[in-house]
Amino acid sequence: MSDTTTAVVEKASEPLFSSKNRKLVVDPLDDNNPITVQVLGICSALAVTTQVEPALVMSLCVVAVMAVSNLTVSLIRNIMPGRIRMIIQLLVIATLVTVVDQLLKAFVYDLSKELSVFIGLIITNCIVMGRLEAFAMANKPWPSFLDGIGNGLGYGAILILVAAIRELFGFGTLLGWKLLTPDTAIGGFLADIGYVNNGIMTTSAAAMFIIGVLIWIQRGRNTKLVDIS
Amino acid sequence: MKFLRNFLETIEPKMAGNKYLHTIYDGFATFLFAPNSTTSEGVHIRDGIDLKRTMVTVVMALQLCLLFGMFNIGHQHYTAYGLYPGLGEAIFTKLAYGFLQLLPIIIVAHVVGLGIEFFFAAKKGHPIEEGFLVTGMLIPLIVPPDIPLWMLAIAVAFAVIIGKEAFGGTGMNIVNVALTARVFLFFAYPTEISGDTCWVAYDYNILHNIFGMGAATLQELGQTVVPDGGMKKLLVDSFSGATPLALAAKGGWSAVADQFTLQSLFVGDIPGSVGETSKIAVIIGALMLIVTGIASWRIMLSMIVGAAFMGFFINMFGGYLSTEVFGFATANPFFAVPWYYHLIMGSFLFAMAFMATDPVTAAQTMQGKLIYGFLIGCVGIIVRVLNPAFPEGWMLAILFMNVFAPLIDHWVYSKNIKRRLARANG
Repeated sequence: MSDTTTAVVEKASEPLFSSKNRKLVVDPLDDNNPITVQVLGICSALAVTTQVEPALVMSLCVVAVMAVSNLTVSLIRNIMPGRIRMIIQLLVIATLVTVVDQLLKAFVYDLSKELSVFIGLIITNCIVMGRLEAFAMANKPWPSFLDGIGNGLGYGAILILVAAIRELFGFGTLLGWKLLTPDTAIGGFLADIGYVNNGIMTTSAAAMFIIGVLIWIQRGRNTKLVDIS
Repeated sequence: MKFLRNFLETIEPKMAGNKYLHTIYDGFATFLFAPNSTTSEGVHIRDGIDLKRTMVTVVMALQLCLLFGMFNIGHQHYTAYGLYPGLGEAIFTKLAYGFLQLLPIIIVAHVVGLGIEFFFAAKKGHPIEEGFLVTGMLIPLIVPPDIPLWMLAIAVAFAVIIGKEAFGGTGMNIVNVALTARVFLFFAYPTEISGDTCWVAYDYNILHNIFGMGAATLQELGQTVVPDGGMKKLLVDSFSGATPLALAAKGGWSAVADQFTLQSLFVGDIPGSVGETSKIAVIIGALMLIVTGIASWRIMLSMIVGAAFMGFFINMFGGYLSTEVFGFATANPFFAVPWYYHLIMGSFLFAMAFMATDPVTAAQTMQGKLIYGFLIGCVGIIVRVLNPAFPEGWMLAILFMNVFAPLIDHWVYSKNIKRRLARANG
C-alpha cells in the first residue's frame, strides 16, 4: 500500500484544481485503478455487477463514503492518537455507511433490498480503509477529498463496465432497457437466427473473467504496470 | 513430396518479411517436414519424438472414435424417424449424413482455435505451438452433434484465450482446454448440451438439400411436405433420444436395459456426444496411446479402480446412507446400478483415455498419477450419481483434479525429500 502514497507538497497557496490535484482524480481512473491495478474491492465487484443499476448505486455510495471519510480523517489526522487511529477510521467509515444505508432504505427501498448486505460491507471494502491509511492520514483535507472521489470513481468505472457487459450478454438488457430480448427489433432478428443469452454471464465467475481480461488488456497497453517481481 | 518441399522453399523468402505470415508459414512447414534446425545449447534428449509427432499420434488414436461418431450421428438421425433401424443398413448414407453434420463443427473448432493460436504466436514472436492439434480434434468429439456453430466458436475462443493463452500457451495451461470449452458450453448454454433432446441431430442438413435426399426420406416416411413444427413431428413414438445415463438417473439399471442392450452400449449405436458412444473405438484408441507410450497407463488404471471403488461403495452403502442417515424418503435409483455398468455407460472410457491422461494438466510424478487418477474416478462417480443437475461427472471431475494436480505432485516431492533427508541424517 505504501507505494500508492502520493505525498503532496503542502504549499500555502495552491490553486484548487492544480495539476497535482487533478492528477489525484484522474490517476485512479486508469494507471492507479483500485480494482485493476491495486486489486482491491474485488468482492463487491463480483457480487453487485449482474446488472448496471445496482452497480451504479453501489458506485455512488462508495464515492460518497470515500470522499467524506477521507475528508473527515484528514481533518482530524493531527489530533488522532496513533495507537487508536484504526478504530477511529473504522468508526468514521461505519457511521457514513450507516447513513448511506438508511438513505437508500428511505428513498429507493427496492434497490436497497437488492444490494442487501453489500452496502453494509462497504465498511470492509479495502479501498476505503486503504486510502485512509495511505493518503488521508498524510495529506491536507482538500487533496484527500479529491483522492476519495478519484478512487471511488475508478472503482465505479470498472464496476459499471463489468455490469454493462454482464447485463447485456446475460439478460439482453442494459440499465433495464431491452436491447437484445426477443421482443425488440434487433433481439427478434437475433432470436430468429438462434441467439440465446449466455448463462455464465449471470454468475459471479463471469465477473472474475471479465476483470481478469480487463487487467490483461490494461497491462498489455501500459507495460509500466507489469509487475515482474 | 519433393515438389511440396520445393514449393515451401520458394515461398519462404516472401513470408519472412511479415511476422504474421512467417508464423503461419513456419507452423505449416514444420508440420509437413521435420525441421533441420538443431538446439544450440545443451541438449536433453530423452526420446527422439517431438511435440508435433506426439500430438499427431493422439489425433490418430482418435480417428476411429471420429469415424464411428460420424456413422452414429447418421444412424441416430435415421433411427429417430424409423428408417434403416439395422446397424448395417444404409451405412454410406448414414456416414455421409454424419460427415456433413460433423464437418462444420470440426472446421469451426479448428479455424477459431488455430486462428487465435496463430495470432498469439505471431504477437509473442514464438513459433506456432502444436497443442491445438489435439484440442481441435477432441472438441468435436465431446459436443452434441447439432450444437449451434456460433456457440461452439465462442466456447473454443474462451477456452483457448482464458484456458490456455492467459497462462502462457501450450504446456503452461492448468486445466484441460477441450474440457474448458465444453464446460463453457455447459454453463453458458445448458439447453443445448443437456437433457434428452440434444443428443441426436434431427434436422435436415446440407446433404438433404443438395442431393434431394430429403424428398426421398419424406417419401419413405409417407409424407410429401415437412409438417409445421419441423421434422421432429415425424419422430417415431418409441424414440426418446435419452442417453443411458439420463435413463439410469430416472429408473436405475432396469430403465437402461429396457432401451439398450449391453451390446449396443458397447458398440455405441446410442445417443450421446459424438465420440464417446463407441466403447470399442475408445478402447482401441487407448491401447494405441498406451503402446506408443504417449498416455500414462497409471492414470487410466487408477481411474478405473477409483470409479469401481466409488461405484461399489455407493452400491453397498448409498441406499442405507440416504434413507437411514440423511433421512430421504427413498433411495436414488441410480445407487443400485451395479458398479461395473458404470464403466461402460456415458463417457467414462473416453474421458479416461483422452482427457485425464493429458500430459500437461495431469500429475507428473509416478505416485501422483496414481492418486490423481483414483481421485478422478471417485469424484466423477460422485457427481454422476449424487448430483441430479449433472447427469455425467467426468468433465467436472477432471477439471477439478487438474487444479489439484500440482498440489498432489508437491506432496509427492516433499514426501520424497523428507524420506531421503531422514535416511541421510539417520
